[in-house]
Amino acid sequence: MSASTAVLRAEARLIGRNRAGVFWVVAFPPLLLTILGLLPSFRAADPALGGLRMVDAYVPVAVLLAVIMSGTQVMPGFLAGYREQGILRRMSTTPVRPLTLLTAQIVLHTLVALGSAVLVIAAGRLIHGVSLPRHLPGYSVALVLAALVALAIGTIIAALVPNTRTATTAATIVFFPLVVSAGLWGPVQVLPEIARRVVELTPFGAAAQALGQAMRGDWPAWSLLAVTALWTVALIAAAARWFRWE
Amino acid sequence: MPGGRPARDHRGMPIIEVTGLRKSYGGRPVVDGVSFAVEEGEIFGVLGPNGAGKTTTVECVEGLRAPDAGQVRVAGLDPRADRARVTRILGVQLQQSALQENLTVREALQLYSAFYPAPADWRALAEQLGLTDRLGARFGALSGGQRQRLSIALALIGSPRAVVLDELTTGLDPRARRDTWQLIEDVRAAGVTVLLVTHFMEEAQRLCDRIAVLNAGKVVALDTPAGLIRRTDGATVITFTPSRPVADLDLAALPAVVSVRHGEDGQVSVRGTDETVGPLVALLARHQITAHRLQVTTPTLDDAFLHFTERET
Repeated sequence: MSASTAVLRAEARLIGRNRAGVFWVVAFPPLLLTILGLLPSFRAADPALGGLRMVDAYVPVAVLLAVIMSGTQVMPGFLAGYREQGILRRMSTTPVRPLTLLTAQIVLHTLVALGSAVLVIAAGRLIHGVSLPRHLPGYSVALVLAALVALAIGTIIAALVPNTRTATTAATIVFFPLVVSAGLWGPVQVLPEIARRVVELTPFGAAAQALGQAMRGDWPAWSLLAVTALWTVALIAAAARWFRWE
Repeated sequence: MPGGRPARDHRGMPIIEVTGLRKSYGGRPVVDGVSFAVEEGEIFGVLGPNGAGKTTTVECVEGLRAPDAGQVRVAGLDPRADRARVTRILGVQLQQSALQENLTVREALQLYSAFYPAPADWRALAEQLGLTDRLGARFGALSGGQRQRLSIALALIGSPRAVVLDELTTGLDPRARRDTWQLIEDVRAAGVTVLLVTHFMEEAQRLCDRIAVLNAGKVVALDTPAGLIRRTDGATVITFTPSRPVADLDLAALPAVVSVRHGEDGQVSVRGTDETVGPLVALLARHQITAHRLQVTTPTLDDAFLHFTERET
């Protein structure tokens, strides 16, 4: 077994053993969609949503919630802990570079987030009859960009905090603006024009709109993809610049 | 040495060589011109008070820190420039054992085995370190001694030619400490060179072939434990109660005497070296003085340590 495979395997087990993390990333978003979809107000077609039901508009929101939970809430705790406890340092005295561990973490949290997104879409389809994304390539591009933004934000949090405890606090602070912009308190489509324009400049506001458009069957607006992509590039650059190994 | 590992049969060739090493933090020199060479197959101790620069020195050997000046070589390689090759030769146990809390002992051993091209058999290592019945336990659930043993196992898992063990037995109970010492002797018997950082005299005296005593970033003495003790002035204390008073002048004139003191009930204590003992006895005999309750206390490594580290401060 190669060193990278061994690291991936070990980290996959560790991510699985973090029960709270598994709950918030994998169980909570589909559960939330399922419960909200049972409310009568979520089941009625809404003219403001172009005839869609609220539960339809909420699928991209729950998908982004999974991505945000995984990248910005769960991952920073792992990375800050690995640095704080000297695990990265210990690893740098072996033939394997600590970057391998960091990469394994990022890859695995991405996979978990995407898996959870699939669960959300499946729950929407099976329980509430929400249509599957009609423009799959467009949907996938928007989703992957959103996942990358979340991971970059998570890495920046891990980069800037001194320890796991501060990582949790910082993650909680950024959580609310992120999920609000993603539409947890009301999908982007129902916002007034001005507010919508502003939200569409945030990474998850733009991603939520792009996912919504792809779900209805269109290739997402280039402006929305461009906003998400710019954030992705900028935040990854910042994360790479600020991350400290010790 | 392109390709493959260097041959093992260089008896007497230094496997770890530190020359003129300097390292400062924020303008404060922590390591200030340290030089020593560890020969293949020996247990070499680095001894010193807290803040003497021991850990910084070995961190430069491990490649974790870049020296400000001087040179570090492990089997002739630069630990930072030749990181890939040095990490295959040098096993490391850091002062704070660090592993993922939820990783089990078995998983940790398997994981670290996968890091090395020719790992040792982790099952045998676990057996040797008494970890076999804890293989399923998570790192977070291990006792201090078990964590320490696992961390030694991980230092040895790559079949290294040399290991650096930093404050290995700190926090262990006396029983576990003795077991660990036996283990280090076994490791050396298997042909692995050991660089041991410690502040336990008993440990250094029992295990080390040679010791570098560090103080305030400098090597203040480098010798075998017995050699360090021999070089300690005034650590041999001869106490006795003479049947008649002895002239202080005569006592002070004896070889290597450092001090003469008078205690209660006419007790005299003379501080010197081994060389003081014979002439003192002869002096008393010449004056036909009987020495009651004669006692000679020989120096220990503790005395040597205090001697070498106090002089500088």
